[in-house]
Amino acid sequence: MFRYEVPGVNEHMSFLEMLDVLNERLIEKGEDPIAFDHDCREGICGMCGMMINGKAHGGFKGTTVCQLHMRHFKDGDELYLEPWRAAAFPVIKDLAVNRSSFDRIIAAGGFISVPTGSAPDGNAIPVRKLDADLAMDAAACIGCGACVAACPNSAAALFVGAKISHLAHLPQGQPERDRRALAMIRQMNREGFANCSNIGECEAACPKEIKLEVIAQSNADYIKAAFTERPETAIGGAG
Amino acid sequence: MELTSNAPAGPIEKSWETHKFGLKLVNPANKRKHKIIVVGSGLAGGAAAASLGELGYNVHCFCFQDSPRRAHSIAAQGGINAAKNYHNDGDSVYRLFYDTVKGGDFRSREANVYRLAQVSVNIIDQCVAQGVPFAREYGGLLDNRSFGGAQVSRTFYARGQTGQQLLLGAYQALERQIGLGAVKMYPRTEMLDVIVSDGKARGIVTRSLTDGKVDVHFGDAVVLATGGYGNVYYLSTNAKGCNATAIWRAYKRGALLANPCYTQIHPTCIPVAGDYQSKLTLMSESLRNDGRIWVPQQPGDKRNPASIPEGERDYYLERRYPSFGNLVPRDIASRAAKAECDAGHGVGPTGLGVYLDFSDAIKRLGKHKIAERYGNLFEMYDRITGENPYEVPMRIYPAIHYTMGGLWVDYNLMSTIPGLFVLGEANFSDHGANRLGASALMQGLADGYFIIPYTIGNYLANTKSETYSEDAPAAKDAVANVTAITQKLLNANGKRTVDSYHRELGKIVWEYCGMARNAAGLKKAIGMIDELREDFWKNVRVLGANEEFNQSLEKAGRVADFFELGELMCLDALNRNESCGGHFREEYQTPEGEALRDDANFSYVAAWGFQGQGRPPSLTKEPLAFNYVKPSQRSYK
Repeated sequence: MFRYEVPGVNEHMSFLEMLDVLNERLIEKGEDPIAFDHDCREGICGMCGMMINGKAHGGFKGTTVCQLHMRHFKDGDELYLEPWRAAAFPVIKDLAVNRSSFDRIIAAGGFISVPTGSAPDGNAIPVRKLDADLAMDAAACIGCGACVAACPNSAAALFVGAKISHLAHLPQGQPERDRRALAMIRQMNREGFANCSNIGECEAACPKEIKLEVIAQSNADYIKAAFTERPETAIGGAG
Repeated sequence: MELTSNAPAGPIEKSWETHKFGLKLVNPANKRKHKIIVVGSGLAGGAAAASLGELGYNVHCFCFQDSPRRAHSIAAQGGINAAKNYHNDGDSVYRLFYDTVKGGDFRSREANVYRLAQVSVNIIDQCVAQGVPFAREYGGLLDNRSFGGAQVSRTFYARGQTGQQLLLGAYQALERQIGLGAVKMYPRTEMLDVIVSDGKARGIVTRSLTDGKVDVHFGDAVVLATGGYGNVYYLSTNAKGCNATAIWRAYKRGALLANPCYTQIHPTCIPVAGDYQSKLTLMSESLRNDGRIWVPQQPGDKRNPASIPEGERDYYLERRYPSFGNLVPRDIASRAAKAECDAGHGVGPTGLGVYLDFSDAIKRLGKHKIAERYGNLFEMYDRITGENPYEVPMRIYPAIHYTMGGLWVDYNLMSTIPGLFVLGEANFSDHGANRLGASALMQGLADGYFIIPYTIGNYLANTKSETYSEDAPAAKDAVANVTAITQKLLNANGKRTVDSYHRELGKIVWEYCGMARNAAGLKKAIGMIDELREDFWKNVRVLGANEEFNQSLEKAGRVADFFELGELMCLDALNRNESCGGHFREEYQTPEGEALRDDANFSYVAAWGFQGQGRPPSLTKEPLAFNYVKPSQRSYK
């Protein structure tokens, strides 16, 4: 564990800008800067993420760590920064972790199989406004992994549920709905994420305020798919 | 060298269809024998890699972030244009084409722009089919809104997160191909050189960002979709990692770079708060649909905006441009904001800000409706400034956002290096001197889904495949180049951090090559950048080693390239003795302060060619002809 003092922090600075300032000072002193992932600095890419005093992204509602401003802290505060803790997120260096497990879950089924050029007119299938809105609510997941980090079990249920729910609410997602649930959840298990035991830390930690409802949706889809699953009689189509 | 666009002759409405039929096809069974390298996984790169994988090509895709879903396309907020005319308000492919050429201030290639407008309708269909949750009307059909520079409602959106949803659609399609084995993905891997052999692009050299390992990747074609160079200004709306290294290294290998001085400043960004500021946050242009921009009529008026009565407010865009009002194109809105602040009417602690006020819209539509349209944007603003836009007007100021310049490409999106294709913001093509809102998303996806799959096939069918070994001279040379640069950065052992140089470079180019430019300033900037660059190589401090996760080393290489690109940008601005779109030369303006073009002498694409380190670049001009949209003085009055 390393301890750094950061004097002269301006309340309008963002948390990562404060770390930038610290890093500049460290480099000037010839010391190794703190490694942390970040990119957009506006809460949408999902690249940043760290535990601050045991809370994912710092624990402020609907806020990623890059959006967190120092006005939420007090002079003299001592902050413990840790990377996301999960077996499925191996640490690379300092606060940077490997989240490729998330990509492999999406690759397993988090998509609609529609090769480029084969789509009907955008208005061919009307979508109930409520469904489009619920789909968008779930699709807002940025794939940051805070849900996994906050969960005492390191379950990825909120992340997986968000994608399943997004596509389950849309007519275009229906043909593959059962395959998707089975494939994604099976991959999630293979990656070493634990099971969900309905604790709810994930919903509290999620910077995009994804609801636990998405887990209910994905459980429902999974159970139905598991009961009705049958071997494919012919492999073909959008392969 | 002569530049030919390779666009077909004949009526423009038939150009793309005619051209497509003339392109050679690659037999389905042969596609898997062709290895294609795609650098960048944003809208253009992700869409390209997914589509090429679906077609059966052997695709290898690279991105420097930890996952393809992090590309900065994800941050685009407002929407994507398409000529669907669902609103029956007069839109058409031709009108979108016309608006885009005009919006680009008559400095783009008509054939490319027409094609863009033509395929725009297919993009929406593809995205809907992928499950992109576009906003819907109550009847279940797609909703639209208006965007800057347009008098029709043609922008499709998903709340204020359209870029995110479009990118996730492409990302999901890409992951499907990765899962099927059609695409191999290399995240946390940065491209640092192009391998050019027998005059063709035959591969790339990469560095792993986790352990520094340098690798050679050969391919039958290389596609760069690496985004724009806005971060040359340090402060921009780009992500921190956005850089021009891929296109700059390609430039040094012979790819001409066109119109670098065409940079876009977005009028509505959150103003700078302090020296430690790391980036500027964009407030979507869609806000201008409902928000009204104003400044106090009295210069230096420091009153709380709520206490400034209507009669003492100057809604300057509505006053100066009655027919477009708050929806004038970005370059016009940005210069107008700068003019107001220069004249002392600016608001906020730095005086560099104007108000974007929603009180009228809230009264008219209700808070609920405004929240539905802009909810996440309002929250974002509140989080950053601590101010609530439902109660006080937003403060905004222009900031660098997009770059219209980039590697020169022909109608097939191929650069001057055969086999090197460039897509999306990384190329120069469709937006001329100014890009309209909601068209970047359109261009990235048009290039990736609907253009490159055809044009790359033609190149592959016409080009003999070669197998190279890592001992091939071009490969060894490229690896040696990459290794040398890395060592030079690590061995400088100076006193200054990379960021401190980047900040200083950013200030120079913002001051002298930003919203308003002049010859003396540009010449001065070139000198200052040159000096700073030389100091950088002697005095930069990059701790650690190559064989590890080293963020300073990553940044150092990118900043080194930014110095050189910044100089070229200033040179291009100095060479172009006119004002057009985002390039405003103070010496060339109309009496009302609008851009004054010189069509007789400057209706061309300025394509620059690397002539060796320390030597002036060559300039090749591609003349532009406007057969369909007659150049006129752009007026949005």
